[in-house]
Amino acid sequence: MVELSELGTPVENTWCPGCGNFGLLMTFKNALVELGLEREEVAIVAGIGCHGKITDYVNVNALHTIHGRVLPTATGVKLANHGLTVIGFAGDGDAYNIGIGHLPHAARRNVDITYVVHDNLVYGLTTGQTSPTSKRGYVSKTTPRGSFEPGINPLVQALASDASFVARGFAGEPHHLRELFKQAISHEGFALVDVLQPCVTWNRVNTYQFYRERVYKLEEEGHDPGSFDEAYMRAREWGDRIPIGVLYREERPAYRKNFPALEKGPLARQSPEKVDVKRLLKEFK
Amino acid sequence: MTAQGVNGSSVSILIGGEAGQGLSRSGSLLGKALMRGGLHVFGSIDYPSVIRGSHNFYTLTVSDEEVHSNGDSVDLILALNKETVLLHVDELSPGGVIVYDEGVKISSEELGRDDVRLLPFPLTGIIKEIGGPEVIRNTVALGAGLGLVGYDVELMKSVISDAFAGRDTIIEMNHTAIEKGYGYAREHYADAVPIELRPSGEDPDRIIVTGNEAVALGAIAAGCRFYAAYPMTPASAVLHYLISTEEETGMTVVQTESEISALNMVVGASYAGVRAMTATSGGGFCLMTEALSLAAMTESPLVLMLGQRPGPSTGLATYTSQGDLLFAVHAAHGEFPRVVVAPGDVEECFHLTVEAFNLAERYQIQSIIVTDKQVIESHKSTPAFETEVGIDRGELEIVDEWGGEEGYKRYSITESGVSPRILPGTVGATVFANSNEHTEYGYTTSDALETRVMVDKRMRKGSSLRAEIAGLSPVKVYGTEDADVTLVGWGSTKGAALEAIKALERDGMKARFVQVVYIEPFPTEAFKAALGSGGRRLLIEGNRTAQLGQIIKLHTGISFEDTLLKYDGRPFTPGEIAARAMEVL
Repeated sequence: MVELSELGTPVENTWCPGCGNFGLLMTFKNALVELGLEREEVAIVAGIGCHGKITDYVNVNALHTIHGRVLPTATGVKLANHGLTVIGFAGDGDAYNIGIGHLPHAARRNVDITYVVHDNLVYGLTTGQTSPTSKRGYVSKTTPRGSFEPGINPLVQALASDASFVARGFAGEPHHLRELFKQAISHEGFALVDVLQPCVTWNRVNTYQFYRERVYKLEEEGHDPGSFDEAYMRAREWGDRIPIGVLYREERPAYRKNFPALEKGPLARQSPEKVDVKRLLKEFK
Repeated sequence: MTAQGVNGSSVSILIGGEAGQGLSRSGSLLGKALMRGGLHVFGSIDYPSVIRGSHNFYTLTVSDEEVHSNGDSVDLILALNKETVLLHVDELSPGGVIVYDEGVKISSEELGRDDVRLLPFPLTGIIKEIGGPEVIRNTVALGAGLGLVGYDVELMKSVISDAFAGRDTIIEMNHTAIEKGYGYAREHYADAVPIELRPSGEDPDRIIVTGNEAVALGAIAAGCRFYAAYPMTPASAVLHYLISTEEETGMTVVQTESEISALNMVVGASYAGVRAMTATSGGGFCLMTEALSLAAMTESPLVLMLGQRPGPSTGLATYTSQGDLLFAVHAAHGEFPRVVVAPGDVEECFHLTVEAFNLAERYQIQSIIVTDKQVIESHKSTPAFETEVGIDRGELEIVDEWGGEEGYKRYSITESGVSPRILPGTVGATVFANSNEHTEYGYTTSDALETRVMVDKRMRKGSSLRAEIAGLSPVKVYGTEDADVTLVGWGSTKGAALEAIKALERDGMKARFVQVVYIEPFPTEAFKAALGSGGRRLLIEGNRTAQLGQIIKLHTGISFEDTLLKYDGRPFTPGEIAARAMEVL
């Protein structure tokens, strides 16, 4: 089992002081330790944006990919070696703007990966433009008159796409978030954890204070994650009260179980030379 | 001589009708029956992008010798409707024959020729008599055609039995349809036509496949274990074949939500250590270019087949083109080495796919197999592929535990530029692949020196790749050294060019064909040596801007005064190449 100290890397962290990503990173590492995983058993896949630097900061297998493509890339990694615990990281721009086309498909397929979205409701690394989850009226470099587009509701999107595990965490509640990570990683199938993660540099609206005044824990209010209708209702709640916790959970076979070849173990460990091509040629004779 | 056409030793049969009448299937089954009798065949389908209604036709050319493409004329037309007669009558050789339904009225004015024969058959009558569905019309017509040319009907029936194995009612219905058509022809038109096809008695070990099937078989033979693709004509059949054989091959095949997803999945699978591939056409390849660049930066080996069709944009979705060669050579941002290889027939589709995998993995780069509709959707008989192929995974070391003294460096600097690769999951190591410029360990860097070192490392792979490709027959030459004219081309042009050489020979002209097989890295020395110094040269390409010509000029300084460029979606015919060759002589 990996120790916390083994998960660090020599790379200097360049997130802004106070960034919500710090809490998320530490929480994630702790979750790996508590789950008793080995470093080599874990593969993380990240996209482009502030969140993407996470591949430099955790000493596990890592694939730093391109903007918006975390889900298909992570799907490829998982199908090629399902012995790996695969966790995708994306930002709100990555996951819900450029890459949202992949969300319904990874969700409905129930690909056995965890998808952690660093949702700060703003574009950070490109210096403060509006994001798909920015709320209507949000003022930014690209919306000086206030955003006139309603924000995307990622939890509703995930539920509508048949995701089998839908959760929301808050970077300012690390213990709670760690439990969510642990449940999501242990879940068989696709698990979305949307993490409210304040951007201290660009987003002056959705701050730690903003969330501390509003978040409440679903499990403390008797929420039933087995009820889709209830989950849907909670997913639409955003105002004076913002729910965090597991909104929805459903047991469904993971995607990889549909592929006969994977019953024999991870593809990456199978010898590639065992196919009798001569036999296949008979059909063409 | 076992194949005798109206004007030579090959026979071309055209089956025409509406989309939805099963022409490609019928044509290829007929081709297989002829191949089983020891004959050589080449068959191609022409169809617009609709599922039902508009005109389709399949042309099958048969000979005692290897057939590389269809010819310029046909001997026998099996017309499932009147439109087929009117559209194709001008392609008939003098003395040629048309089989059509006796209920269709065709006036001599409509026909416009008196040197061909119309042979009415009770196609509809036979369908009614046997209580068959309308779609069986093509089978009755096949039977009629076989009867006319005197071929062994049992070979056709055996092909049908195999194709519909386990579906006895369908087999019986088709057998009856064949026999009825055949019987009618023998009874009413025996010896009426100057066309003969007889089994040769030989039993060579041959197969009849499309280029798509050959590429798929090549991928299987090469140990590809992951295939992800989005359907796109003309490359979809690779996906179909690989899914249909999934249980036997152990391949994991995914139909993705987009081409973007397809290539990114392939990159993920490649990172995890599995041989992986995708295939698409031009539009899909556009969507893949960003992931191609990702694969280059992360040094993820993969194979991509680009099956060309005419563009720009949707273009002619079901026709052929060689318009994306420069795109394949230059696609994606940033500088990186890659392989671009262009098979010219089904045999090359198989073997070059295997080679593409080995090169990709040996150099940890991306191999692009550039094909086109003409080579991947046409059927060709060919000697059964030599399936004992070598799988060379290069510097990939599959071990359970990392034995290195220090941590594993995914991008360790080596003389060859190729870094030893291990599987993520190897105990005691973590594998970090990074789309950012990176250090040897994979950590992100923006340091100037580290950047230069890493760019040089990746580009060094290109130099050794170039040297290796020089030893792989990157340029092939067909025909005699002392030729009057040298034809130069690539990809599916090979088929028509080889037939054109035969045609020119019959007219007393000596021609040779130089086929550029590897386009990137361009085999400069091999090309110069193959081209030689004497005779006229004619560059033949299925595009408007002579793209191979531009590449040749860039690398060798040689330019072509004479070209034959075709960009109407139709494949080259031997006749038009021969005619242009005569012009330039």
